Amino acid sequence: MTDTASALGAESVSDDGIDRALLRGRPRQHHGLLWLTAGIVLFATFLIGYSLVTNPRFEWGVVFGWFSSERLFTGLLRTLSLTAISMVVGIVVGVLLALGRLAPNFIIAAVAAFLVWIFRGVPVFVQLLFWGFIAAIYPRIAVGIPFGPEFFSVDANVLITPFLAAILGLGLNEGAYMSEIVRAGLLSVNRGQTEAAKALGMRRFTILWRIVLPQAMKIIIPPTGNQTISMLKTTSLVSVLAFPELLYSAQLVYSANFKTIPLLIAASLWYLLVTSVLSLGQFYIERHYNRGSGKPLKVRSFPRFSTSLRPRAAKREVQP
Amino acid sequence: MNEVVVEARGVEKNFGDLNVLKGIDLTIRKGDVTCIIGPSGSGKSTFLRCINQLETLDGGYIIVEGQPVGVKIRKGHVEALSNAEAARSRENIGMVFQSFNLFPHMTVLENICEAPIRVKKENRAVVRERAFALLERVGLSSKADVYPAALSGGQQQRVAIARALAMEPRLMLFDEPTSALDPELVGEVLDVMRGLADAGMTMIVVTHEIGFAREVSDHLIFMDDGCVVEQGDPRTVLRSPQHERTKQFLAKVL
Ligand SMILES: Nc1ncnc2c1ncn2[C@@H]1O[C@H](COP(=O)(O)OP(=O)(O)O)[C@@H](O)[C@H]1O
Ligand SMILES: [Mg+2]
Repeated sequence: MTDTASALGAESVSDDGIDRALLRGRPRQHHGLLWLTAGIVLFATFLIGYSLVTNPRFEWGVVFGWFSSERLFTGLLRTLSLTAISMVVGIVVGVLLALGRLAPNFIIAAVAAFLVWIFRGVPVFVQLLFWGFIAAIYPRIAVGIPFGPEFFSVDANVLITPFLAAILGLGLNEGAYMSEIVRAGLLSVNRGQTEAAKALGMRRFTILWRIVLPQAMKIIIPPTGNQTISMLKTTSLVSVLAFPELLYSAQLVYSANFKTIPLLIAASLWYLLVTSVLSLGQFYIERHYNRGSGKPLKVRSFPRFSTSLRPRAAKREVQP
Repeated sequence: MNEVVVEARGVEKNFGDLNVLKGIDLTIRKGDVTCIIGPSGSGKSTFLRCINQLETLDGGYIIVEGQPVGVKIRKGHVEALSNAEAARSRENIGMVFQSFNLFPHMTVLENICEAPIRVKKENRAVVRERAFALLERVGLSSKADVYPAALSGGQQQRVAIARALAMEPRLMLFDEPTSALDPELVGEVLDVMRGLADAGMTMIVVTHEIGFAREVSDHLIFMDDGCVVEQGDPRTVLRSPQHERTKQFLAKVL
């Protein structure tokens, strides 16, 4: 009896004048600054939107006409295939370079480090030009025994098409960046994992493929998603090789009709659209590779904002 | 006397200038449970890892089931094993680590089935069945489809034991299997190990669980500073240690 009495006493206002019952509720938040900034941002957005709609120089009719044109769409498809193939080349080269740099054989490690140095150090724009002008350095490319007989040879201009030059330039540059990402991923996997796998009798390749790489993926995937999104935009540099991907297709059109701004906007809209889709895909892939870690990935949708709107409701719950 | 499973003679190991093992001699017979005790840093783990070729020897030799460890003799020469040959010789030796080292991206069942399927190329259905039997044996039948992160330390270590047993090893090495566990979880792992010992498995156990060593082991080895200082019947060694260093160590842990 005395216990309950003292417990009840603790609930009410006690000697120190603190209302215990009130303390059990959630504190009220102050949102003045939040609403002020929201207001400013909303107004600025309105102004920009207003000018977008009313400034006739945007020529939205022309923009959407070309946005849905077959010419830009064909260019987009070329951009997408360039992105995909360059990324595949980049990932394969990146894994090989990463394994090379981690190899116990120091000659292999040095060669891999040297290649990374070259492909990462020279601007990708310059690398694309080099591959485009490869015929000026090696007019014929031959297969045979060095200093011995030659089996066949081809004209470099025929073999290295603008498309292949683009893939080589983008893919090798990407490979250098990917090698750093893959290397960080491989090094992130606990040594104990390799030892446990070894102790089970697994071969080196099995350990890499089944144990280390899948765990490294958690580290490798997010930056690779960023690399893919960045590659999508880097492919626009290929216009210098006169390969009609999205940007060069747009350039070809506006050099004839002089609708420069609307065509650049139309191309930008496509880049934005694909980037958004890729970002969404990245979210699902990250969630897939995060399995087993016990922490499910969640979409971040203003978590602070939504909970901070609730204190009043929470306060009502306290009432008996 | 049973046949010899492990014969170690004059085993030496250096890390740079550090002499970690200074000539270990040891004989382990089939079905024996051998416990290795000794202060931290005395080279217990290193010796265990040498048996499994996770470390290479700098002197002496180890023979496991008639096969020299890490080397082969060809035309009167000793040659190092290739990576594939080394992997092959590890298939028959199970190892359990202090830090469990389960594969976090695989479920419990996948952890257990991975090596028999990938390494021994065994039939999936057969391996699955064996995996379920092993899970029952370690008391975790209900956890087959769970990821390791969702298990307690004791449960993870029991899965690790099941994973090693799935390869049907003839020798099991345990490196402080309970040292990373909360005290209340130690018992469940020791129980599984005791069951394994009763079933006749040859085991080498590095441990600080003196009680387990006294009750379960057939042979106790005290290591200090890279040497086997004292060995023999566990009760005798624990009750009346002969060497000063053994006495000092036991005074601290008992
Ligand atoms: N890979 C390594 N490189 C350098 N020193 C090591 C390595 N592994 C172990 N050692 C050293 O060898 C000694 C013995 O280690 P270890 O065999 O782990 O002892 P124990 O298991 O008895 O505690 C320690 O001094 C440790 O620091
Ligand atoms: Mg140790």
